[in-house]
Amino acid sequence: MSELTKLTIAQARDKMAKGEFTAVELTEAHIKAMEAKRNLGAYIVETPDLAREQAKASDLRRQAGQAGALEGIPLGIKDLFCTKGVQTTAASHILEGFKPQYESTVSGKLLDAGSVMLGKLNLDEFAMGSSNMTSYFGKVTNPWKSKSDAAKQLVPGGSSGGSAAAVAARIAMGATGTDTGGSIRQPAAFCGITGIKPTYGRCSRWGVVAFASSLDQPGPMARDVRDCAIMLGAMAGHDSKDSTSAPMAVPNFEAALTGDIRGLKVGIPKEYRPDGLSDEIQQVWEQGIEWLKAAGATPVEITLPHTKYALPTYYIVAPAEASSNLARYDGVRFGLRVEGSSLDDMYKKTRAAGFGPEVRRRIMIGTYVLSAGYYDAYYSKAQKVRRLIADDFKKAFETVDVILTPTAPSAAFGMDENTDDPVTMWLNDVFTIPTSLAGLPGLSLPAGLNADGLPLGLQLIGRPFDEETVFKVAGVMESAAGFTATPEGV
Amino acid sequence: MIIQGDTGDWEIVIGLEVHAQVISNAKLFSGAATAFGAEPNDQVSFVDAGFPGMLPVINEKCVEQAVRTGLGLKAQINLTSVFARKNYFYADLPQGYQISQYDMPIVGEGTLLIDLPDGSTRAIGIERLHLEQDAGKSIHDMHPSKSYIDLNRSGVALMEIVSKPDMRSPEEAGAYLTKLRTILRYLETCDGNMQEGSMRCDANVSVRPVGSTELRTRCEIKNVNSIRFVQQAIEFEARRHIDVYENGGEIKQETRLFDSVKGETRSMRSKEHAHDYRYFPDPDLLPLVVSQDLVDSIQATLPELPDEKKARFMAEYGLNAYDAGVMVAEKDSAEFFEGVAKGRDGKTAANWVMGDFFATMNSDAKYTWTNPPVTAENLGKMIDLIKDGTISTRLAKDVFIFMVESGKDPATIVEEKGLKQVTDTGAIEKAIDEVFAANPDKVAEVKGGKDKLMGWFVGQVMKATQGKANPGMLNELIAKKFKE
Repeated sequence: MSELTKLTIAQARDKMAKGEFTAVELTEAHIKAMEAKRNLGAYIVETPDLAREQAKASDLRRQAGQAGALEGIPLGIKDLFCTKGVQTTAASHILEGFKPQYESTVSGKLLDAGSVMLGKLNLDEFAMGSSNMTSYFGKVTNPWKSKSDAAKQLVPGGSSGGSAAAVAARIAMGATGTDTGGSIRQPAAFCGITGIKPTYGRCSRWGVVAFASSLDQPGPMARDVRDCAIMLGAMAGHDSKDSTSAPMAVPNFEAALTGDIRGLKVGIPKEYRPDGLSDEIQQVWEQGIEWLKAAGATPVEITLPHTKYALPTYYIVAPAEASSNLARYDGVRFGLRVEGSSLDDMYKKTRAAGFGPEVRRRIMIGTYVLSAGYYDAYYSKAQKVRRLIADDFKKAFETVDVILTPTAPSAAFGMDENTDDPVTMWLNDVFTIPTSLAGLPGLSLPAGLNADGLPLGLQLIGRPFDEETVFKVAGVMESAAGFTATPEGV
Repeated sequence: MIIQGDTGDWEIVIGLEVHAQVISNAKLFSGAATAFGAEPNDQVSFVDAGFPGMLPVINEKCVEQAVRTGLGLKAQINLTSVFARKNYFYADLPQGYQISQYDMPIVGEGTLLIDLPDGSTRAIGIERLHLEQDAGKSIHDMHPSKSYIDLNRSGVALMEIVSKPDMRSPEEAGAYLTKLRTILRYLETCDGNMQEGSMRCDANVSVRPVGSTELRTRCEIKNVNSIRFVQQAIEFEARRHIDVYENGGEIKQETRLFDSVKGETRSMRSKEHAHDYRYFPDPDLLPLVVSQDLVDSIQATLPELPDEKKARFMAEYGLNAYDAGVMVAEKDSAEFFEGVAKGRDGKTAANWVMGDFFATMNSDAKYTWTNPPVTAENLGKMIDLIKDGTISTRLAKDVFIFMVESGKDPATIVEEKGLKQVTDTGAIEKAIDEVFAANPDKVAEVKGGKDKLMGWFVGQVMKATQGKANPGMLNELIAKKFKE
């Protein structure tokens, strides 16, 4: 393991600025590490040649005094982002071989900031899942091992499981994720890294394969809070190509890491203590509250009364949008086509062969809830409840500045667990989904290890477009937690 | 129109849905071009082709055009409207859904006045106008087992304009379409070309016994591509309904196609399953909010519309309802007429425009409103020459022909061709004397009381002056000569 892959983005940035090593060297170290850890299944496609080329160009830019915010930093890109000339699959058979002729706004901004792309990262098919077990291109293995059962293969979480595993295993300095109901935060928690789902509208969705348009939001995943702040600064910004992207200036997120949270009020929602919440999660949450208190913030118990409706609401809204968003994968213009005796037959065969079971399940649920006669009972009502959930947060933020909750109800689980019942799997996102429905920023950072030596994450939720406060509080917690554990072999 | 059946008199109830292609350079949600006649799949963006990760962005020009049309139809403009997805699978629908407007259209209720042949008008209600994307085109006859898809039309902005079921005859339906097309053209929001498919019509037809106010089951006749065919299709469909009812049958609600060769409608191949379009608000688009300021500024640029223009032509130029209706049927003809009539006698101008001018205009396809046979300015000047006595109406016919041939202004033609009418008494008297001298017997006949021959003398003298004698003076002088 090269020393170079152990650096954070901020460290590498500063060292390259001083000329201690080049982007080419940093990239080579990561290509080597990436190739050595193929057993994780983190990447669907590796692009070492492209990375070398980009690293060379980066060094030239630096020499010319034109270094960007992420100059020479090797990143992995979740395979939900369309990348020009590089296969983009959403981890689905139906898009196998699809090479976009366009670059997503977010991945394009990262390239413009000087970064290097190592490859396309694995995910749950069409970002639907919390385990990264649904990818057509193979499951992703969490680099962390349980102390009590080292042979047990753990999931990295999902859907951004490849991104989380790659960052944790030091085979990417940072990665893009997307979060619809927890797809950045839950895998970040499972893999002991930091990730933030920004406010809906902060990052452009243009060029990101859509799952649920009103919820999808790209965000960064990295080793620490500062790296996330740096990456988000490069990824965010208004995009006229995405009507839902917010026309707001991008603040200097890194500058928000002042370390001073004195006087801030931190909301502790009482509804986030469901029956059966494990003691270890409870404990790390309590610990988090203590750290913030010690730093001069005030914990305030708050109520988010509609929390219990969030999961069912999400599992109406997200599949409804998905059922429509995924209609374009029909075998007519790109991706997989299975010939049939008629147009309808071709559709049926193509989609049956192209989509995995979880995707098919959600398309069916979504189609059902939008059907004539069911629309009012399901979709329409879900939209109303979604509004109530958002109002809960709005009200809470009248008295508090940030909200602290666990990220997930458990640490990473085994690949053979939770697989026979989809609803149990969906419960993984119980703490992250309300934030998504409300469109708020949510950050997960590693706060400690459980008895098995597996990382546990805490989530900080902020006001709309107030990622700065989230970062500021996260920075303080990160210092207090002093989380230095790494997966085996790092 | 009342149709007499075996069991009694029937009335037709007609509502029309018109899809009008918005005049705009780019599509409703993408920057791709919209020009007619491009090579297949030449005007397709990744958005129009439904590629992964592509997002729609509303084209403000199309929104303005919809508002403009709404104002032209005296309709309510909804400052907030919502785009919804209409979900169905078809090979020429790349996204698997059409972005349309469902329960919150941009334009609400309005009114359209139709002009009937007897010069009367009738108000037809407009139910709504909404914006939506067009689909692509499937071409099934180029390969034995495959279909070709052309996505040039995919994503082009359409206005769906829905009437209330207020029409009662094929003629009224025709008048509605004609008037709607006129208004769209005045507004320059749709070119109204039914042959090129930029205006398409679906007709909803039902019948009921005269005196009844019920609305019976309707059938929808899809995509009829001329006004005449719409009328034929309605008439056929109405008679079919009456036949079915009078034979004790029931009409089932369905979509039918019009076969213009056979002049009949027939049921569309019944789909395997009824469509459930699963409409829901498009999460890629925010609600469409239009400011009152924008509406006001569009209102301020609205042209004078045909109804107002017609009323003004009647009041200002003394035209009758029919002539005024003809003049305003096209914006260009109205402008031409006004160019001729301004500051002159309106009826004279109307006679020339509707007579010699229209006849010449229609005689050759090379003439268009941008290339008329004579300019409004020259035609006007010619009328001035008649009025000031320089030429007679008779000579003016010749001057008109010379203007068409040469494009020169009428004064020059009169000068060059020597067409100025003779108003010199001496010259005319001289010509009369010569005719009298040559025809003493006829002079005697007239003097003997055969007044009818007076006209013959006028003709002879006119001929002798190559038609240039002022007709009024000539008549007067001949009469005077006989009294001598």
